[in-house]
Amino acid sequence: MVKLNVNNQNGTNGNKANQKVTDSGIVYDTRQLNLWYGSHHALKNIDLAIKENEVTAIIGPSGCGKSTYIKTLNRMVELVPSVKTSGQIIYRDRNILDADYGVEELRTKVGMVFQKPNPFPKSIFDNIAYGPRIHGIKNKKTLNEIVEKSLRGAAIWDEVKDRLNENAYGLSGGQQQRICIARALAIEPDVILMDEPTSALDPISTLKVEELVQELKQNYSIIIVTHNMQQAARISDKTAFFLNGEVIEFDKTDTIFSTPSDKRTEDYISGRFG
Amino acid sequence: MALNEQTAKMSVQEMIAKQKGKKGKFWVEKSIPIILFLIASISVLTTFGIVFTLIFETFEFFKRVPFLDYLLGTEWLPFSNNEPLYGILPLIAGTLKVTLIAVVVAVPFGLASAVYLSEFANDKTRRVIKPVLEVLAGIPTIVYGFFALTFVTPLLQQFIPGLKIFNALSPGIVVGIMILPMIASLSEDAMTSVPKSIREGALALGATKLEVAMKVVLPAALSGIMASIVLAISRAIGETMIVSLAGGSTPRFDGDLTGSIQTMTAYIVQVSTGDAGYGTTIYYSIYAVGFTLFLFTLLMNWLAHAISKRFREEY
Amino acid sequence: MRYIDHAAVVKRMNSRMIVNKLFKTIFFLATLFALLALGILFYRIISQGVGYLSLDFLLNFGSRFPEKAGIKAALVGSLWMMAVVAPVSLILGVGSAIYLEEYAKKSKLNDFIRMNIANLAGVPSVVFGLLGLTIFVRALALGNSILAAGFTMSLLILPVIIVASQESIRAVPNELREASYGMGATKWQTIAKVVLPSAIPGILTGGILALSRAIGETAPLVVIGIPVIIQFLPNNLLSQFTAMPMQIFDWAKRPQEEFQYVASAGIIVLMIFLLLMNSIAVIIRNKFQKRY
Repeated sequence: MVKLNVNNQNGTNGNKANQKVTDSGIVYDTRQLNLWYGSHHALKNIDLAIKENEVTAIIGPSGCGKSTYIKTLNRMVELVPSVKTSGQIIYRDRNILDADYGVEELRTKVGMVFQKPNPFPKSIFDNIAYGPRIHGIKNKKTLNEIVEKSLRGAAIWDEVKDRLNENAYGLSGGQQQRICIARALAIEPDVILMDEPTSALDPISTLKVEELVQELKQNYSIIIVTHNMQQAARISDKTAFFLNGEVIEFDKTDTIFSTPSDKRTEDYISGRFG
Repeated sequence: MALNEQTAKMSVQEMIAKQKGKKGKFWVEKSIPIILFLIASISVLTTFGIVFTLIFETFEFFKRVPFLDYLLGTEWLPFSNNEPLYGILPLIAGTLKVTLIAVVVAVPFGLASAVYLSEFANDKTRRVIKPVLEVLAGIPTIVYGFFALTFVTPLLQQFIPGLKIFNALSPGIVVGIMILPMIASLSEDAMTSVPKSIREGALALGATKLEVAMKVVLPAALSGIMASIVLAISRAIGETMIVSLAGGSTPRFDGDLTGSIQTMTAYIVQVSTGDAGYGTTIYYSIYAVGFTLFLFTLLMNWLAHAISKRFREEY
Repeated sequence: MRYIDHAAVVKRMNSRMIVNKLFKTIFFLATLFALLALGILFYRIISQGVGYLSLDFLLNFGSRFPEKAGIKAALVGSLWMMAVVAPVSLILGVGSAIYLEEYAKKSKLNDFIRMNIANLAGVPSVVFGLLGLTIFVRALALGNSILAAGFTMSLLILPVIIVASQESIRAVPNELREASYGMGATKWQTIAKVVLPSAIPGILTGGILALSRAIGETAPLVVIGIPVIIQFLPNNLLSQFTAMPMQIFDWAKRPQEEFQYVASAGIIVLMIFLLLMNSIAVIIRNKFQKRY
């Protein structure tokens, strides 16, 4: 593999920032990750250490690889044929890119919320119970409790408690997205990945989801991809800036937005491109 | 939050981990694709079955009848006691007569319907006409055959005095009605897939709807239209019950449309309803005829495929 | 100087509009031809057959005498045949479609399977009859039984069911699959619990339409050697039987004029059957109208 020296140079900032926290509470440690779609080199020498119980935002212009990166964290990226990777992503002491790491096991521990709300065309109850059920939990009483707890966790219980048997498609877009969050919570994941979860929502629904993210971080590690810089500034503890498949800068969100060390970060944040 | 004892004691992840011990899932995931692959290969086996059956039994036939006599012979007299003759040309002539008439009926009416539905009709008309075409396409061919024999033939006899009870004209027309919906709906699909923007471009220049249809939409959708016609021809060639009921059983190598004929398909039916014993030359002859028919339709299907692939429009 | 004389354009416009109107009318009349054909066909058959339609007609076996002829054996026979065709063709068709849409990678073999299905759809039904005669009737020694006819018909409509199932599986949005995988579901769990439940209305609609084709199909039955004169009801899958289109074919061929009316009555029964099946398909289509 050809190493791009330029990248490493630019990545130094991020690396230094990471090094300080490497030992304490790292949930995802990405080391020298490269990813290709066919011949297109989409992620280049990514080094990123993501901490527990924090909200980590990933920002960058379209096509910078931020969505690809978050989908690599639960290996959903493999649904695209002809994807190749190199490097390591250490999740809780194991490299998830190892061929013998079961993707189902990984995804049971790492929940995901997608760009577009994608509830199943089933009842609200069945949507939430889907995860526990496929993993063998059949006891009706237990399922009832899991559903209630997850819906409460996603701050939508009060809105839907009387219509659990109705089709989830009857809900508004914002409600659907919170159902999807509840669905992810139902298997009590360790990490929640969110891929632009508010891009299809109106401002009020967006606000609700953002508040929810703030609450969820007490118990979960959250990694959120967003094209909305204000959103990153509002809700995240750390921010990584991606550009052309590289990590340009990774630091505390305050630092990134007040005193970025890379010129390109500054340009992006001040709206000069992207 | 009201949680019962069990849930409080045990997290969902722990419950999931407890279920993990069961190995069933693994074997299901491994075996399902194999089972499904075997199921999917049945369609391939069917094709092989058809081809091998036809080749094998046709080979038996050509052990008894010289190949060139079959290919070039102008007389088909398999039931003759002293000297049976197996020249395929009369059966091909019968098939071609019916197909030709069907095309003459179906192409103008089918294309006109397609143009009307795609370019002129409003939604209300379309909602009436399209189900009618669907119903026409769904009528069993035996019903069409009965219609040809008991209605179309007597009707035609009033205008054409020399027309026999069994003839090429009546089944030809009815086969045409049968394939009309196919041409109409496939051509309409091809025309409606021409982007609206192209139509609007022409309309904005002051073209009438007719001019847009004829000079813009038809040329753009031509390959789809041609493919639909070729597919319909293939259907007409393989059509069996209409010609069996209304076409007769007189294989003739000529151009007469008013007298009794026999098509390849009708011959197969005639032998099947008769009492030709297993292993006789007549028995094998239906495979030779079936194989010839199969080649004709295969050729047409490939042609349709090639047309739509070669001239696929890029919008 | 101006290249376009607007006065002349306006003058020509009138005649162009007339031509436009004329052709619109011609196209409309041509479209009515199909409507007319359908109308006459229905009128003829109903007016001829309705007099012979009675409870006796449904409860009698075939007969040499038109007034005693009934469709009982053929009606029951068709139902028995459907009892074979429906499960066999649906299992084979849906299984193939799942394989092609969800599992098949882009390979030469899978391209070949796809191309093969397209070609199979164009093979005339009478040729399927020859296949059934050779393989099921003779090689597997099933004779001219319900099973042999059912298998032949299943293969005949298999391409239609595969294509319809493929379309409805393809219409299930990828986001739903992703959501399921994201929860740690395996591939088969995702297919069985998310993809198939969403695709099933489309599959059923296509499947019923294909089955209604099998019910009306005559040529393969003729070639297989399904008899017409049957004076008993089948009692197992290896029984001899007759089917509605065979019975109609036989009546239509008879020289006595009365049998034409009997044939019409038979056609009415067959068409009511088809109408019922189609209505069910339409109801399913409307009831489960996709909401995603």
